[in-house]
Amino acid sequence: MATIEVDGRTYEVQDGSNLLAECLSLGLDLPYFCWHPAMGSVGACRQCAVIQYKDAEDTRGRLVMACITPVADNLRISLNADVARQFRADNIELLMINHPHDCPVCEEGGECHLQDMTLMTGHTSRRYRGRKRTHRNQYLGPFVNHEMNRCIACYRCVRFYNDYAGGADLEVLGIHNNVYFGRHEDGTLESEFSGNLVEVCPTGVFTDKPFSDRYTRKWDLQTAPSVCVHCSLGCNTTPGERYGELRRIVNRYHGDVNGYFLCDRGRFGYGFVNSDLRGRFPRIERQPVAVAGTAIEHFRTQIRSAKGIIGIGSPRASLEANFTLRELVGETNFFLGLDETEHDLLESILGILANGGIHTPTLRETEQADAVLILGEDVTHSAPRLALSLRQSVRNATFDLARQLKIPRWLDAAVRQLEGQVQSPLFIASVHATRLHDSAAETFHGSPEAIARLGFAIAHSLNPESPLPSGLDEAEEALAALIAGRLREAKRPLIVSGTSCASLAVVQAAYNIARALPAQNKGLLYALPEANSLGLTMIGGRRLKDAFARVQDGSADTMVILENDLYRRAPAPQIDAFLDAARHVAVIDHLENPTTAKAGLLLPAATFAESEGTLVNNEGRAQCYFPVYPAQEPILAGWEWLIRVMDNPRWHHFRDLTSACAAAIPALAGIERFPAEEHLPKIPRQPHRYSGRTAMHADVSVIEPPPPQDCETPFAFSMEGDTVHVPPALLPVVWAPGWNSNQAINKFQDEVAGPLRSGNPGIRLIQASGMLPWFDRIPPAFVPERGFWRIVRLPNIFAGEELSAHSAPVAERFPDACVFVNPEDAETLAVSNGDSVEIRYELELSSLRIPVRIDSTMPAGLLGITAGLPPFRHLPNGARVALIKAGPEAPAKTGENQ
Amino acid sequence: MATMDRPLTQNIRTGRAFATLEDYRKTGGYEGLKKTLADLKPKDVQQWVKDAGLRGRGGAGFSTGLKWSLVPIDQAPAQPRYLVINADEMEPGTFKDRLLLEKDPHQLLEGIVIAAYAIQAQTAYIFLRAEYRLAAERLTRAMQEARAAHYIGAHILDSDFSLEIHLHTSAGRYICGEESALLNALEGKRATPRPKPPFAVVSGLWGRPTVVNNVETLCNVPHILRHGADWYKGLGRGADAGTKLFGASGRVKKPGLWELPMGTPIREILEDHADGMKDGYRLRGFLPGGASTDFLLPEHLDVPMEFDTVAKAGSRMGTGTIIVLDDKTCPVQMVLNLERFFAQESCGWCTPCRDGLPWTVTLLQDIVEGRGRPEDLDTLSRLTRMLGPGNTFCALAPGAMEPLQSALKYFREDFERYIFQNRTLKEAV
Amino acid sequence: MKAETNTRSLSAAEIDEINAELPHYEDKSAVSIEALKIVQKHRGWISDDSLVAIAEYLKISPAQLEGVATFYNLIYRRPVGKNVIHVCDSVSCWMLGSDRLSEKLCRHLNVKPGEMSQDGEYTVLPIVCLGACDRAPVAMVNGELRPDLTDNIVKELLGE
Repeated sequence: MATIEVDGRTYEVQDGSNLLAECLSLGLDLPYFCWHPAMGSVGACRQCAVIQYKDAEDTRGRLVMACITPVADNLRISLNADVARQFRADNIELLMINHPHDCPVCEEGGECHLQDMTLMTGHTSRRYRGRKRTHRNQYLGPFVNHEMNRCIACYRCVRFYNDYAGGADLEVLGIHNNVYFGRHEDGTLESEFSGNLVEVCPTGVFTDKPFSDRYTRKWDLQTAPSVCVHCSLGCNTTPGERYGELRRIVNRYHGDVNGYFLCDRGRFGYGFVNSDLRGRFPRIERQPVAVAGTAIEHFRTQIRSAKGIIGIGSPRASLEANFTLRELVGETNFFLGLDETEHDLLESILGILANGGIHTPTLRETEQADAVLILGEDVTHSAPRLALSLRQSVRNATFDLARQLKIPRWLDAAVRQLEGQVQSPLFIASVHATRLHDSAAETFHGSPEAIARLGFAIAHSLNPESPLPSGLDEAEEALAALIAGRLREAKRPLIVSGTSCASLAVVQAAYNIARALPAQNKGLLYALPEANSLGLTMIGGRRLKDAFARVQDGSADTMVILENDLYRRAPAPQIDAFLDAARHVAVIDHLENPTTAKAGLLLPAATFAESEGTLVNNEGRAQCYFPVYPAQEPILAGWEWLIRVMDNPRWHHFRDLTSACAAAIPALAGIERFPAEEHLPKIPRQPHRYSGRTAMHADVSVIEPPPPQDCETPFAFSMEGDTVHVPPALLPVVWAPGWNSNQAINKFQDEVAGPLRSGNPGIRLIQASGMLPWFDRIPPAFVPERGFWRIVRLPNIFAGEELSAHSAPVAERFPDACVFVNPEDAETLAVSNGDSVEIRYELELSSLRIPVRIDSTMPAGLLGITAGLPPFRHLPNGARVALIKAGPEAPAKTGENQ
Repeated sequence: MATMDRPLTQNIRTGRAFATLEDYRKTGGYEGLKKTLADLKPKDVQQWVKDAGLRGRGGAGFSTGLKWSLVPIDQAPAQPRYLVINADEMEPGTFKDRLLLEKDPHQLLEGIVIAAYAIQAQTAYIFLRAEYRLAAERLTRAMQEARAAHYIGAHILDSDFSLEIHLHTSAGRYICGEESALLNALEGKRATPRPKPPFAVVSGLWGRPTVVNNVETLCNVPHILRHGADWYKGLGRGADAGTKLFGASGRVKKPGLWELPMGTPIREILEDHADGMKDGYRLRGFLPGGASTDFLLPEHLDVPMEFDTVAKAGSRMGTGTIIVLDDKTCPVQMVLNLERFFAQESCGWCTPCRDGLPWTVTLLQDIVEGRGRPEDLDTLSRLTRMLGPGNTFCALAPGAMEPLQSALKYFREDFERYIFQNRTLKEAV
Repeated sequence: MKAETNTRSLSAAEIDEINAELPHYEDKSAVSIEALKIVQKHRGWISDDSLVAIAEYLKISPAQLEGVATFYNLIYRRPVGKNVIHVCDSVSCWMLGSDRLSEKLCRHLNVKPGEMSQDGEYTVLPIVCLGACDRAPVAMVNGELRPDLTDNIVKELLGE
């Protein structure tokens, strides 16, 4: 710690930090633009000027930029000295020379950091009389708008996009006051993290395009804390609603998980909530009914008359909804609704996390890793936000070097200068080249078996007790030894694996490596398929194939399917047979899908935006999401449908349900600790400037309806309530006097970029303990079979997730449907890039005609397809297919598969 | 021994296009290098140059030997170190390095090898501005000659010391002359300056220890090694050691460049060497060391050209090339020309420079075109303070403010005349 | 048979020259400015196609290279005439009338600064101080210094 004096007051601050970060941590208002808590200091904007005094005698001092001034003991500074205040006001005046006065029509208006800072410095009148320089804007794709005239050249966009996120297609162009931040030509931003530009930009250059299309001022949005439902990482989000429509999602700071950034799937994937595919009314035998009560009565009758009932849960439904279903149908009749392989994988992973004795790091902790091995995942596509964190991990060696050279780690430009010299190792073993390959020290491509075998070899190299695969070639042995060597040296090694390869051996090899690592501070992390995959597995239940058996043997004739499109879980003929055999099929879900099409009773479920629930992310962190706006009856939350159908429900409220779940399932006992104590008065979801509520229903009735009541959560659908005594984790919106932009988060952290005051959200349910025996089921090497190929489903950030794929802007980013083949295989098939092949799959009579992409990193004998793309929905992982070069004339048949 | 008085230009003669290796050796060329490699340790070389009092000739005047001594040369494992020669002479009104590059390239090469030895650099880059095409040709030829003679390359003069020298020609931009921006340019990036600290001697080219020296600075080095520190110190007429190329441009009778002792009074340069003002013109003022130095007035003519004395007079010696303002040239328009240059050459990185300089230009343009307002002078003054040293990311904008702030002080009536009397320039003419 | 000029890929000569520079630097992207100059030497200017071709060869993104190309004033991202005339507009030359001379030259060629003459022969560009202030006003024609310009600038520079 260091003692510094700011305008005559003394403070204890973090030694070695920079003055700007410390001033903000102290709660002082000091304006800034180019500095970013996650990206450090570059000293470009010159906005955070303060006066620094040499000693007690010095009364004049000199102007310094706080962001590049290291904190030292006995530092004396002034924020309020006239010279400093004047300089800051003058600097804003310069920034505003070319800035358009279009705030009334600017999407950033009302949450603009530039507006806030301008006000803070007191700059009000304009002296510049010349012309403003203007720019042309670019088309940047479906996610982000470009309005360069608003640019104040803080360089944050390119620093985030390139330096932080590893992008390459956004740059600063031009020179002097004609610098331009854009692409070399119009086109879609390639980075999977482009949406963060919207929040990184301190003004309205980069804005949220889908939001602009249905625009609402920040203060007119109703919001609540939420958790992203589009992958297993559990990033925190703030969705915003207006007029019953979800309008946008922004990042919600979580010190341990997502920090300041989201991926584009998480930010733009919400479109399904507003989608036309939403079921708005219950449906009984294909006939819509207007009120929930009718559907519930029908549902109750079905259940009463059932000979046997089964419930199928869902990895994308909340703990509470799954738990209620389990209670409704009984523990022995509850099925997880996962495909067979996934069921195995998730149970194995849960076993490893709970009993393997190895810590699963938070995303923040993964950034500290000094050696990383990714075994079998393309994390950019399967757990996107993790890719951003791992990109930071390779910098740790540079930070060490910087420390030796006495360069502070926050002095970003200077630290990056050292990047060419050292890098913390990142090793990637994956099916084919991933988006992180540019950061990797070594890469390996192979079949899941080959990846697993490499993994076992690494583990053996680290600890000879771990079994050794036989028949490795020299190159594999050498690579295993190299990777093992670097992992052994590391102080904070991290093994990342997951379910993408659909291989138990890969998952287990990852554990063996982690167990074999000598470091105390080691981590093992698995990327899982869905938002509540781990939570569902912790509840536990039977296998889907057992459900099939129950219907087949006649012991069950009625089924309740909760938020689960079974056609994604098993081949269509099996599901058809299963659903057709049941007497009653009740489906609770948000969107129409092949399973709801088969439902005798469809109960429209509220999405994450209109309901509450707890999800358990891949690290075992239980987190709550809360309704942003009330579900429109007869839409109900999944858990509510299930409670309402019970004859004598033991619980009526969400809170009670959570407690019951915690009590019933020991692994989930931790969630008893939330939701937080009943918060009275309630926390308003609407900001204090929320406008129009007396008028927004005037087209229906001029009498203002009472606000909907929320009996389930600490929040009110209202402007009234307590905003002062709210723990930051529960704040619907971050706002502080003078800080209307997302930068207000500084006011709610223990220290900038640190944990939220009174704690980051969520409860970790799993404490690493115990140790598992070495896994020893090493698969034999994969040998390609002449004339046949094996399907590998490659995850894709945009196409790969069920719900977000229904968001129009996300769908625009689907990659073209093609199959990836190895060059030698292409030669065998006599196809070149762009030629079509016909895929013949034995279980499906239809064949598929699809263009080929030759990928030199694709292993021989494997056929890569993009998971989630419509033509490939029916092709399971591991399917054995024949390929034939398609003739040029044949008409495309892909249409019928879409 | 007349040439001993002007070591830098001893090989430059009328009637000789440039000094060949032969010519250069005739006057003792590469003797300094021989002595260095045979008798001196790197630290000794640093000490010699420190003792000689050689100060950087690029404008800032930092002690060359001291700069070298900041390079870590003892660490294990050894890592690459670089010497970079700043031959990006782009300061308006400055034309001294061109002469040294074109006329006596071996002198520079010898200086480079000695300096590289002193900091144990294995590679040196000559960063040459693209427009100096003749210099590029002659340097290339000289490098071939020197390589053939084992002055550069592996095991120079059979010693353990090896050095590769690469000639890198720039693609333009004044900011490349700023040491850290130059390093970015050499790395193939946009030439925006880097934060300092860390200084290049700690983290320079590709993050390695790097020394950046000016051409003229290094041209002094062989002579110091040959004749010793005391001899070198004795060359100066005042506090500063050695000789320096001084020049004059503008409406003087004989614009040119002369090697003179440090401490030569400005009057001597302008009146004796440049032969005074052209007929019909009177001296109104001058920029003593290039475009980014404060104006001085005729009353300052007796100031000796030395770092500290010129500073005391309110300006900087800078590059030592004087730009003369005559009585028929409008100082406001001259400043407008200068500020246009600086605004155009701003790299666009920091706010005050990027946006403050174009505003300065707009204001000056308004003034000379008759749209000036009385309060504009206050705005200009405020800008000169705002864009002052320490407030911007590098020294470009503070340099740009030097002629403006001094013009506002010394030629205020010229500004006011535009604003209060002749509303437009056209009317004035 | 001479290969048709394909602006989307680099010629063998261009590649040879770029390759010759590669060993001089610690990393490949450092050659970007040299590469731009080499290709510009062969093609007169850097078209969008040329930019992409260089970027691909150096394995850097076109955006990164564009950031570099648009920073430096001697990289031409627009076509220039066969002869590029740079007229110094910095202070010493300006004092001695370079403005007027440049105007005169442009009027003669019927171009604005930066424009290519109709016949594709000339482009006149302003340039910062050429370091020959004792011989002001000066210009540079295709890289060759032309000092001591007078009112006969057209003749002095174009030989007409």
